[in-house]
Amino acid sequence: MDIPAELEAVIDEVIKHYPVSKRSASLPLLHLLQEHFGYITDQAIEWIAQKLEIEPVNVLELVTFYPMIRREPAGKHHIRVCRTLSCAMAGSYRLLETFCKHANIDLHARDHGGHLLKSPDGHYSIEFVECLASCGTGPVCMINDDFYEAVSDEEVPQLLQKYQ
Amino acid sequence: MGTVIRTPHPREKRIIFKNIDRPGYTPGIDSYFADGGYEELRKAFTMKPQDIVAEVKASGLRGRGGAGFPCGAKWGFIRPGETKPVYLICNADESEPGTFKDRYIIHQDPHQLLEGMIISCYAVNARLAYIYIRGEFPLGAKILERALAEARAHGFLGKNVLGTGFDLEIYIFRGAGAYICGEETGLIESLEGKRPYPRIKPPYFPAALGLYMAPTIVNNVETLCNVKHIIRMGGAEYARIGRPNNTGTRVLCVSGDVQKPGYYELEVGAITLGELIHDVCSGLKPGRKLKAVIPGGSSAKVLRAGERYKLKTKQPDGSMAEREIGIEEVPMDFDSLAAAGSMAGSGGVIVMDDSRDMVWALNNINEFYAHESCGQCTPCREGSLWMKKLTARMLDGGAVPADPDTLKSVADNIAGRTICAFGEACAWPTQSFVAKFRDEFAGYAARNVPAGGHGNGNAESQP
Repeated sequence: MDIPAELEAVIDEVIKHYPVSKRSASLPLLHLLQEHFGYITDQAIEWIAQKLEIEPVNVLELVTFYPMIRREPAGKHHIRVCRTLSCAMAGSYRLLETFCKHANIDLHARDHGGHLLKSPDGHYSIEFVECLASCGTGPVCMINDDFYEAVSDEEVPQLLQKYQ
Repeated sequence: MGTVIRTPHPREKRIIFKNIDRPGYTPGIDSYFADGGYEELRKAFTMKPQDIVAEVKASGLRGRGGAGFPCGAKWGFIRPGETKPVYLICNADESEPGTFKDRYIIHQDPHQLLEGMIISCYAVNARLAYIYIRGEFPLGAKILERALAEARAHGFLGKNVLGTGFDLEIYIFRGAGAYICGEETGLIESLEGKRPYPRIKPPYFPAALGLYMAPTIVNNVETLCNVKHIIRMGGAEYARIGRPNNTGTRVLCVSGDVQKPGYYELEVGAITLGELIHDVCSGLKPGRKLKAVIPGGSSAKVLRAGERYKLKTKQPDGSMAEREIGIEEVPMDFDSLAAAGSMAGSGGVIVMDDSRDMVWALNNINEFYAHESCGQCTPCREGSLWMKKLTARMLDGGAVPADPDTLKSVADNIAGRTICAFGEACAWPTQSFVAKFRDEFAGYAARNVPAGGHGNGNAESQP
């Protein structure tokens, strides 16, 4: 696993934010490595553990707990549609289906292993997530780090076109 | 799609949200300075820390995160002459379904939060503070980072803040999609790099034992913003806003079946639920009737249209009078909503009209809690999942007459039997939905549902 020098410099700076306990930096480091590599490998877990002088299992238990930390790559563009009540009342279940249709994702391929749903070419992946905290403008979604509110089914194709 | 911008409703009293959606206002520090930004911080430094705590106590400010605990009392738990380091954490993990106020403060007016936070740190003598922001606000985290850098450049953070000899560092910590991190001891565990399993109580407050086993104050974003305005007005003046024991303004987040959902900053208790729905939010959708309201985030007990509540109010002569009111007459404050059997919670008001199926709505909520239970306590880990499976099976066409009782029994065996309040949070929806809409739940067993049901318990609600 190759950590570029500039990333390691950022990591070293982040660790300084936790002068009392380096272990506090484990989730921040998981975010940084996932942003860089796209997902968290066994090597990444061991690297973080070594860096923070903790056991790999201390890192693994976070990876398996937090929904946003992945063990496999997402699509080139990752879509999150909000599932929770206010968005559901505003049509988020239908919106999820519309996204899947236009992104060529088989919604019914969902399994219990927590694997991400992806288009066959790996271009898009999609997740039905819990409350994104914008209940007044539902249905809402995120594509990568971008946030969209009051998304109608008709807007989905043009929205996806922005993410080629 | 795109950004929804609203002008304030005439009934609003905007203090915390004064700069939200203001034309030309940016998250940059220059916008904030043009509005008199950081003047209260300078004022606060002319006061003694214990005097600031006294002002916050006098203001009557109650926490805006959900529990409504008096902020000044919480700060007062820090012992004078404490020898351990004190930490302050801003809880920006906004994730209670129905709540969406902190999002706007963070994205549009970050310096208001920082100013309130720096004053609060000075008041409780915290030299190191963290903002725990939910992982789903990546842009918000960037905006806050930028705001912190600006504040540092202007000497509001770092060594010797504004030449007062007070040192302070604030750092951002990003969550990663777990609702339980909004529970303050779960949040602290998460910040310590562990799984966010809430801690056993007592001690009831992290002010006794918090981050790294040191005294810690955890406050919600909106609560910390209020501190700045308490310094500006003085605690006594602030306490004149709202009602006794329910002071200040509250940002109510309205979603669901109203014409104009959104955020509305209102004097606490100055408006009834009916006025909120019919006046401020322009009413229900055409031809629809009110069916139910969840008044304080998804874990608050549901209120049913047509219910009557007994409300005790203090008379001008000091005596107490009891009056009976309907759902639309309930004042939107902490004590009235508690008297109605629910709670003001996080300020998230979810309105449901008569097109909504209550089993469907409860199933949606149950799915949320089943997903978010941290798994530490068996009653919650198992029970939240069972409740979800029960309501999902009902929607799938497999309802049996015992369902309402089974649901109630499962919920009753979670509440009060867990380490943290998540147990109550996941039990209250089921307990209240089943009790108040029992006929609708019981009626499911008699439904003639074709094989295949409504599909995985997930179908859109069909009017």
